[in-house]
Amino acid sequence: MSSGEYLLCIMGMGLVTYIPRWLPLFYLTDKRLPFWLVEWLTFIPACILSALIFPSIIINPDTGTVDFMHPAFLAAVPTFLFALKTRSLGGTVIVGMSLYWLLQHFL
Amino acid sequence: MSMNSPDTALHTKRAFAAAWPICLGYLAIGMAFGVLARQAGLAVYQIALMSCIVFAGSSQFIAVSMISSNAAVLSIIITTFMVNLRHLLMSSSLSLHVKGENKLMLSLFSYGVTDESFAVNLGKFLGHGWNIRDALVVNHTANAFWIFSTIIGGYAGAFIPSGSFGIDYALTAMFLCLLVFQLRGSLFVLLSVISGVLSVAFYIMIPGNLYVILSSVLAATIGVMLKKLYLRHKIKEGDQ
Repeated sequence: MSSGEYLLCIMGMGLVTYIPRWLPLFYLTDKRLPFWLVEWLTFIPACILSALIFPSIIINPDTGTVDFMHPAFLAAVPTFLFALKTRSLGGTVIVGMSLYWLLQHFL
Repeated sequence: MSMNSPDTALHTKRAFAAAWPICLGYLAIGMAFGVLARQAGLAVYQIALMSCIVFAGSSQFIAVSMISSNAAVLSIIITTFMVNLRHLLMSSSLSLHVKGENKLMLSLFSYGVTDESFAVNLGKFLGHGWNIRDALVVNHTANAFWIFSTIIGGYAGAFIPSGSFGIDYALTAMFLCLLVFQLRGSLFVLLSVISGVLSVAFYIMIPGNLYVILSSVLAATIGVMLKKLYLRHKIKEGDQ
């Protein structure tokens, strides 16, 4: 890819990434949304977070199959419990990293 | 309000405090990206430019792998669009909390909406006193850190072993805690389990990144329907 083509490529990438980020914030903020839509949108964050987390801890990246015995899943259970108990974001990150690191070394 | 007022300092301070877990995660992923992009033949300035203009981790990884396999520009752009379409949901969700804000501010803010900044800011908006200026500081701190990390990766990443100190788990751990913040009742717990199970199924069945959008849209829709059924049931009970 030439450097001109590369520039064109990242400009295009930037544009198609920015528009979905911008459109709702620009247009929805001064609209009155129907009740069901507001409700739907309040469910979205928890659903998105789960959708991001589950495959990354349940699917083994090496085999592409469901695997409950690899470090990412084994570390996730106590990390989740720690978050539930303490509700500390920084603490959870540190605990999660340490557990994952230990499990990677000892499994 | 002057920019130097103690209030501004306080806002900046608490926004930085909210942003650091994101930065930790970006350091790992950004450096990994820098290393890969360098290996794919991109110059460091090109890496930095992509991180500035696009600022979306997973699509940047995909673009680099597509570039190294000589994909056409248009197909890279279309793939990026598909991968990043999930931000549409995140921005819609955020829009509930920034009603009536200045459009320029909103346009600046939307540039920095990522999976991570979205989750952190949304959690904060649900609490008290968080405003768009705090959220803007979080987004742009994370953005600056992302650009910085990809540049470091481009220069020196090859010397740093990947996976040091479990840092590649930082974002997963952060998401786990942010999910805990979102679980405000049994319906939320049920919906996250539904969305999680669906996402695993879609992840296996459908190539690409569509699994995030599909599973969250489905689960949230199930949520609205369940709540409606529940309310209808309650009204009927009230009649008797």
